[in-house]
Amino acid sequence: MNNELEYLKKRVTEGKLSRRDFMGKASALGVTAAAANLMMADAVQAQTPKKGGDFKIGSVGGESTNSLDPATYASQVPFHNGKQFGDTLVDVAGDGSIKNLLAESVESSADAKTWMFKIRKDVEFHNGKTLTAEDVMKTMERHSNEDSKSGALGIMNGIDSMKVDGDTFSVTLKDANADLPYLMADYHLIIQPNGGMDAPDAGIGTGPYKLEANEPGVRHAYSKFENYWADDAHFDSVEIIVINDATARTAALQSGQVHIINRVEPKVAGLLGRAPNIEVTSTAGRGHYVFIMHADTAPFDNNELRLALKYAINREELVEKILQGYGSVGNDMPVNASYPLFDESIEQRAFDLAKAAEHYKKSGHDGSPIILRVADGAFPGAVDAASLFQQTAAQAGIPLEIKREPNDGYWSEVWNVQPFCASYWGGRPVQDQMYSTAYLSTADWNDTRFKNPEFDKMLLEARGELDTAKRKEIYSKMGRMVRDEGGLICPMFNDFVEAHSTALGGWGQNANQELMNGEITRKMWFV
Amino acid sequence: MHPIIKLVAQRLVLGILLLVAASILIFGLTEALPGDAAQAVLGQSATAESLANLREEMGLNRPATTRYFEWFGGVLTGDLGVSLTNRLDIAESVSKRLGNTLFLAFWAALVSVPLAIFLGLLAVRYRNRWPDKLISGITLTTISIPEFLIGYVLVYFLAVKLGFGSALAMINDSMTLWQKLQSIVLPVMVLTLVVLAHMMRMTRAAILNVMQSAYIETAELKGLSTFNVIAKHAFPNAVSPIVNVVMLNLAYLVVGVVVIEVVFVYPGMGQFLVDAVTKRDVPVVLACGVIFAAIYIGLNMLADIISILSNPRLRHPK
Repeated sequence: MNNELEYLKKRVTEGKLSRRDFMGKASALGVTAAAANLMMADAVQAQTPKKGGDFKIGSVGGESTNSLDPATYASQVPFHNGKQFGDTLVDVAGDGSIKNLLAESVESSADAKTWMFKIRKDVEFHNGKTLTAEDVMKTMERHSNEDSKSGALGIMNGIDSMKVDGDTFSVTLKDANADLPYLMADYHLIIQPNGGMDAPDAGIGTGPYKLEANEPGVRHAYSKFENYWADDAHFDSVEIIVINDATARTAALQSGQVHIINRVEPKVAGLLGRAPNIEVTSTAGRGHYVFIMHADTAPFDNNELRLALKYAINREELVEKILQGYGSVGNDMPVNASYPLFDESIEQRAFDLAKAAEHYKKSGHDGSPIILRVADGAFPGAVDAASLFQQTAAQAGIPLEIKREPNDGYWSEVWNVQPFCASYWGGRPVQDQMYSTAYLSTADWNDTRFKNPEFDKMLLEARGELDTAKRKEIYSKMGRMVRDEGGLICPMFNDFVEAHSTALGGWGQNANQELMNGEITRKMWFV
Repeated sequence: MHPIIKLVAQRLVLGILLLVAASILIFGLTEALPGDAAQAVLGQSATAESLANLREEMGLNRPATTRYFEWFGGVLTGDLGVSLTNRLDIAESVSKRLGNTLFLAFWAALVSVPLAIFLGLLAVRYRNRWPDKLISGITLTTISIPEFLIGYVLVYFLAVKLGFGSALAMINDSMTLWQKLQSIVLPVMVLTLVVLAHMMRMTRAAILNVMQSAYIETAELKGLSTFNVIAKHAFPNAVSPIVNVVMLNLAYLVVGVVVIEVVFVYPGMGQFLVDAVTKRDVPVVLACGVIFAAIYIGLNMLADIISILSNPRLRHPK
């Protein structure tokens, strides 16, 4: 009974259960009305953040080779490091809108070509320096100049010029872009003193927690920064513990050595959720698992063959068996309903062996095996997913041959090199960014070699279009184009499956990145 | 010169040559792996431009031989250089990790070596009776189960269910020795279970071999107790093979425990080396590889020297 009551209380705090329902259900459990009232008050009180406590995160994706330099961030632990010591100008909120962090206000010119960011006053860096618009500009320069090795370089190249005017930092773009604030929310673009030109990996920023210990691949410890500009961080200290092994991660949470973990394996999520004091959360995101064909390389330069393969994959089965239901089916587009301006009326492609066989016949493929390269590291369950794909394709008479590649070197030797392989995308906050990153003819990461001048034109047109209805229409057309002509087979969108101790309050959904877009240390607290 | 000093000197020189050869081999093999540090760091987010910039910064554009000799020159002057990927001083990060590895290996050895030898002696004493069979049965079982499985089983039953020991064997400088020991209880248990059988069986076999000799019979006829015969007369003459096996297992405890490090999230050298190889961080791989090689060579040399010292026939060669 106690567990049940705890659960009900939790539902109340999360706003999922009304007061009336709570009272009803509690009395059904034999609790008197007065006691239920008291519990209700307790539960609601638990919602007000409490200060203090040492918060421990168990995270996958850390290596002894990690650097604190935001330009090099490419996995989970560095991402969370950045969220502790640093801030970006703006960030993406849980509802997909833009919220201001170091920028006090964001404005654009009428043509969306010039954007002005007014920089917050009296913000202090951990080294005692006060934040200026100069620091912001230097940061952006470091990520975009010709010596840059930043992971954000790709999204910075639309910038024509930048300037500082008093406390305002303004950016002028080569082409209009209504989504520029979303680009500035990229987690690489942490504002550093003097842009990090002097010491890029010093771990000094304006964030809520100050670096105490940096042991790459082991742990990163932080303490509360006294002069933090906002009041949303509640813990006294934060420790990010690198736990790459999935079993070790769940064991650490179960034995109480960490309070929250990311990347719970879908196959243990159900079991873990049954453990007392642990809550498993699942957030529908924009990340997707894909099989990508180079649309300009034989035999994939034939759209009939591409369509044949798209019809030959059983999406429902993959979601069920690979994601254990923690995800949703994809529609051969890199976007889904989690994106703003998504057109839900686009028809879902179904598993259809007859159509697959028909398109395969039309393609005139000579029947030689079609080689699909996979590695375990492409996405969790990639090898199994490929085997399922191979079986259903065989039923349509399409000979798929799986070639297993080593994880080591997969991203440099196979992905974006070989014509047909498994991969994943983390997703982007807006459609424009997703399409510009990987579907524009000239994009560096155009891993499907989808080159269509008409598509490119529409992309640029949508980017500068401030009328959302028109924009939505263009995106709808672009989505259909990729779905019907592109080299992308997107069978599924994966959820972020994570788990935390019930000693924590304040969990919320933010699909932008894992663990509430990295805001757990700003939004959660110990009850 | 005393033949033993000469022998040690010879072994030392050979050991150093072997180390140089190992470093060349490690460098060559890491270079031969597909991709380089710049590609590995940027991963999926690499662009041609950022790759070129990063290669330039890491100095990967220079020929391989130049980089090797630069590294070699650095080592001769006591400088291991900085990591390609995170720019941290290698000597500093490696020494921390090596310290952790040696800490775990030391405590595991402290528990397992005396225990294995004692169990070996016990097995001889009760040869072919139930204590012997029980000891052999249990130790052979634990060596046959993969170490990660033993690790997970202990974590589940001891750490998660009973709250004994800790699932994460995290140690850091701010902990007291007692806290550190509490934290590594489970990995020490697993490692002990893994190395016990090998040393125990060798002790048993070596002593049983000696037990056939005539002087053992004499000792027995003198009226010494069985345990005294084993400890005073049989054991000293069986030291050589036992030391060899003990050294092999000690080397394993230092260089072979990466799986245990992953299971218990222990910040040792193994995981460090694996990370460096995945990221093609050549100077770090070299530093780790050479240290591992040095430990292996050193322990084997020690085993040889101890065998020679314990054996009069080898001590005074004709």
